Amino acid sequence: MRASRGVKSGLLSVAILALLLLAWHAATLPGQETTSAASQDAEYAKLMGKSDGARKSSGLPTLAQLGDTALHHLGNPFYDNGPNDKGVGVQLAHSLGRVGLGFLIAALVAIPLGFVIGMSPLVYQALNPFIQVLKPISPLAWMPLALYTIKDSSISGVFVIFICSIWPMLINTAFGVASVRREWLNVALTLEVKPVRRAFMVILPAAAPTILTGMRISMGIAWLVIVAAEMLVGGTGIGYFVWNEWNNLSLTNVIFAILTIGVVGMMLDLLFAQAQKLVTYVD
Amino acid sequence: MPHSFLKVESLSKTYPGATIPVFEGIDFDIERGEFICIIGHSGCGKTTILNVLAGLEDASEGHVFMDNREVAGPGLERGVVFQGHALMPWLTVLGNVAFAVRSKWPGWSRQQVESHARRHIELVGLKGAEQKKPASLSGGMKQRVGIARAFAIEPKMLLLDEPFGALDALTRGTIQDELLKIVRDTHQTVFMITHDVDEAILLADKILLMSNGPRARIAEIVVNTMPRERTRAAMHHDPQFYPIRNHLVDFLVNRSRDEQSRPGAPLMVRPGLAANEPGGALDADAA
Repeated sequence: MRASRGVKSGLLSVAILALLLLAWHAATLPGQETTSAASQDAEYAKLMGKSDGARKSSGLPTLAQLGDTALHHLGNPFYDNGPNDKGVGVQLAHSLGRVGLGFLIAALVAIPLGFVIGMSPLVYQALNPFIQVLKPISPLAWMPLALYTIKDSSISGVFVIFICSIWPMLINTAFGVASVRREWLNVALTLEVKPVRRAFMVILPAAAPTILTGMRISMGIAWLVIVAAEMLVGGTGIGYFVWNEWNNLSLTNVIFAILTIGVVGMMLDLLFAQAQKLVTYVD
Repeated sequence: MPHSFLKVESLSKTYPGATIPVFEGIDFDIERGEFICIIGHSGCGKTTILNVLAGLEDASEGHVFMDNREVAGPGLERGVVFQGHALMPWLTVLGNVAFAVRSKWPGWSRQQVESHARRHIELVGLKGAEQKKPASLSGGMKQRVGIARAFAIEPKMLLLDEPFGALDALTRGTIQDELLKIVRDTHQTVFMITHDVDEAILLADKILLMSNGPRARIAEIVVNTMPRERTRAAMHHDPQFYPIRNHLVDFLVNRSRDEQSRPGAPLMVRPGLAANEPGGALDADAA
């Protein structure tokens, strides 16, 4: 019996992880060279400003330290001891809240607008120059303008998420709606289907896979941008947490936060992948 | 003479940018309960004529009247079976048929819609496949769903655009028989495009022969004089079968190119009668 590919790839993944962890462990072992060989060179090391103590304080965290930190954070993720000491769960909730809100508003604008653009070549041509100019602007470039006009750092963060997640959804919705098969529209025409019913019963399901692809891309970008935005405006959120821990010179916390960002991003993506599966049809 | 159920008057179509019409001067009538097939080479505008009848395309000139009312735009009184089945792949078989039923009778309850849809799915022999998605059906079954969807709205007229073109010969035969049975039971008026001469002889009461495009026109109307109870299995034993078939094939192979120049209304021919009396082949419109 041969193991299936899934089992094999799983084993390989575990092996790669073990290798990475081992390399990390080996690279960060404290006082590795401070045994016999090191004692001979102690004087040389002192001359170079690299005493044992100095090496220890500047090194990256060991695996054990990271494990401790992770357990500490995960054991009590929702405490709140003032502005600079919140649990990682609280910080994540702030970030997810901003992403969720900005994304939702973007979807509410982009999907109906995309419908109109996709159905009307006239509107498409009229709006195309605006979209082409606005799309390549880094969402963070909007931040000063947002801060000036909105005067609230948290809402500015939401705005930045809104502006970065609107484009993929808008473009994909317009494309999906524009490329609904002529024959399905003809069926709706011969059945005298009213415009609203046609939009929801024919065009929406036909374009749904494309629209959801756009939403998935948007969510990926939004999760990238929120970290940078929160680093910039500060206050709360996982991005602020990373920056704050960097100021504390706590690389252990920074690394833990990086991993958390990765895992949450992956889960968001999986969520949209599941939704995509629901609306995908085989033709 | 009483008015015809469907009246097509001097229809012509010139596509934007073109100077010569694809077809012009298309005149024909369809009586209630008649089965009409139209045959012609590719590019003569058969599908365009059907789309005009369906209301999906506008003619450049001419009019179509159904029940004394001009056809303007698509409507539920005309059911269309599309060439590529045109089922919605995200809906089940039942969902596809029910979508049409609900369009026709928006006030019906869910149960009414469903039982009506199920009855028509059963009619085309797909009982048991109601919950399947089109992707898991064979080509023949998909086209059956398309036919069920068109029949389910109980249209006054059925328009079929080469519905069996993509099917293998065996499946095609079975579905032809089924279609014929339903059409006869319901006295449905049908206008159908086909490329298949035998299919036309089996199904049609009258066969419209189109000359080649551009400037295509209806050159002849062949009246099928064989008994209406003909079957696919036995019809080639009928003495009328080969005269009709030869006439159709002759037209398509030899004459469809030259027919453009001949002016005037299409000839009404009855090649089947030649089997009985030699003189009866070309009696123009003697009903």
